[in-house]
Amino acid sequence: MYRVVEKKELAPRIKLMKILAPHIARKVKAGQFVIVRVHEKGERIPLTVVDWNRDEGTITLVFQEVGASTIKLGALDVGDHIANISGPLGNPTEIKRYGTVVCVGGGVGTACIYPVAREMKKAGNYVISIIGARTSKLLILRDEISSVSDEFHVTTDDGSEGRKGFVTDQLRDILLSARKVDLVYVVGPAIMMKVAAEVTKPFKVKTIVSLNPIMVDGTGMCGACRVIVGGQMRFACVHGPEFNAHEVDFDSLMSRLRMYIEEEKIALEKAQRCVR
Amino acid sequence: MAGKNIIKEAVPMRKLPMNERRTTFKEVALGYNLEEALKEASRCLQCTDPPCVKACPLHIDVPGFIKLLREKKFEEALNKIKEVNDFPAITGRVCPQELLCQAACVMGKIGEPINIGRLERFLGDLEISRGIRIPSLPKSREKKVAIIGSGPAGLMAAARLRKIGYDVAIFEALHKPGGVMVYGIPEFRLPRRVLEAYIDYVKKLGVEIKVDHVVGRTVTIGELLKNYDAILIATGAGTPKFLKVPGESLNGIYSANEFLIRINLMKAYKFPDYDTPIKVGRKVVVIGGGNTAMDVARIALRLGADVTVVYRRTEREMPARREEVENAKEEGVKFMLLTQPIEFLGDERGWVRRVKCIKMRLGEPDESGRRRPIPIPGSEFEIEADTVVIAIGAEVNPLIQMTTPGLKTDRKGRIIVDSEGRTSLRRVYAAGDVTTGEGTVIEALMEALKAVQTIDKDLSEKP
Repeated sequence: MYRVVEKKELAPRIKLMKILAPHIARKVKAGQFVIVRVHEKGERIPLTVVDWNRDEGTITLVFQEVGASTIKLGALDVGDHIANISGPLGNPTEIKRYGTVVCVGGGVGTACIYPVAREMKKAGNYVISIIGARTSKLLILRDEISSVSDEFHVTTDDGSEGRKGFVTDQLRDILLSARKVDLVYVVGPAIMMKVAAEVTKPFKVKTIVSLNPIMVDGTGMCGACRVIVGGQMRFACVHGPEFNAHEVDFDSLMSRLRMYIEEEKIALEKAQRCVR
Repeated sequence: MAGKNIIKEAVPMRKLPMNERRTTFKEVALGYNLEEALKEASRCLQCTDPPCVKACPLHIDVPGFIKLLREKKFEEALNKIKEVNDFPAITGRVCPQELLCQAACVMGKIGEPINIGRLERFLGDLEISRGIRIPSLPKSREKKVAIIGSGPAGLMAAARLRKIGYDVAIFEALHKPGGVMVYGIPEFRLPRRVLEAYIDYVKKLGVEIKVDHVVGRTVTIGELLKNYDAILIATGAGTPKFLKVPGESLNGIYSANEFLIRINLMKAYKFPDYDTPIKVGRKVVVIGGGNTAMDVARIALRLGADVTVVYRRTEREMPARREEVENAKEEGVKFMLLTQPIEFLGDERGWVRRVKCIKMRLGEPDESGRRRPIPIPGSEFEIEADTVVIAIGAEVNPLIQMTTPGLKTDRKGRIIVDSEGRTSLRRVYAAGDVTTGEGTVIEALMEALKAVQTIDKDLSEKP
């Protein structure tokens, strides 16, 4: 059992939770995730570790309440316990001095670029961050990400904050500008990552995406998270979650993400009834 | 008494009524009651040079325990088995006795062999129903052993190391201990209360089981070596094989592991009471001919599907236990033999709808000794499917090997061990499927026994 020690609402339906999990805090690195099982009848869901404190033995997760499991997780309060957390899982981000690194985060994926931007900055890179959301009030972690970035850009679909448009519009402009970009790191909805890959491809800039397929065990046992990369089947949990964006079959990923759409609706309605 | 009263026919075992078998996850094989067990035990010839003992990977003293059982000395009969096997209610159920002890049984030459497995199970169940006695432990040896994985090999090694005085901790990646016995084997073959009784026993022996610990990620072998005197890797063969044919990423296609994990570990058949969903369509195609394929097929059947097992050889070559194939048939699973899937065809929404197959014929025997299947050109055809489960075997999980420098593996990623279970790294041992690729529970137990002896020998040596 893992105790919740802090809880914050970053935006409507987007929550931050700090959890006591020393076995993970001592080891986790940027880019890794955990598998969370909220309660005894819960499913196992993957969530990226956004921050950690090795001395306190805590990890920080950020999640959007989109389905039954995240709603149940969000319903926990400080002092409550999560049944299981295993990890850290997946390969850490390869942190080194690339030169100029552009970190792109969309929606709740914005939280995932925070540790990567921070570590990239520490490694001596010039870090440009772009974060985006549908609308101003859904933007998260502005201060945290801007504090670890040399340049910081915001986009909203409706223009209520920063540039009106998508993060990929801003990304394209940066690639068109005089500055040479050495690495682009993107986390967000699958469709956004797909577009980002299309944007960077003509510029031949190395582009990494962190994929979010459906997972069960997260240790390479089930193959639920199989994705097609460079024409080969890969497991996001063991071989990823980060892959070369230009080799990922995003259409297959997006199709597989819809596998339980009907069940998710049933579970969501049930969860909403229970939590209220 | 032999010679006089030879009973050629074995005492049949009762099975769950068919209507319940098709709709519930209750155990199918009901085991022997006292009267049946005594009658079956009375058939044993008590051979002086018993071939059954040699055929048993653990060399259980079969005539010895049967004799004590006949004399109704149940505790002593049980102890006879427990000299080498702590989990008789498990092996009595899932061991392929028909290929091992029972295949060697002398009675088999003149009639039906003694149902040794059922007698073993009878004693195991009796012990569980009475409550497993926790033996008094010897003085601590002040040495610590870490075991990676809580499947059959890990649990067995933990119990035995504890009983000879070692401190033992098990590291388990999943949220529940049991390994393949909790995520893989369905309840109708191995009821969870049996497994739970043994896990409880292992814990009461003083073994600490740390769940949620993915060795290789949460902690590495190198780190564990700083805190433990020896490490036993017993992580099994947990990575699913796929066919590597077009369309395998379509929705509705599962690996057997994913299907079984969702059902057995996550209780997806109780969705939405449990949060984990599963999609089991009207027409389910299961690919493969092993015990796992039979388990998957029988689960899908219980969830109301029309189930066909597609296997590339004939029934004779199927690696599944005969009993399980018979159970599957009785329950209504269909078989399409000498058939190999070559492509999965989907609809516009990305869901599997049909399986393209090719007919096979059998050629010369291959390295497994079974006749090699050869495709018949031009024999392609399609079958309808809205759920497909691929049950063609498993490989070794690469996580520990990836994160342990110096640990030698073969080209299939299996950890290389010497004849006594030592790996290429000092103080690191391995047992079970992680060394063999794929085996049975009894083979894993045998390797665990061997590794325990080696660990004890090595740790007892003066430094």
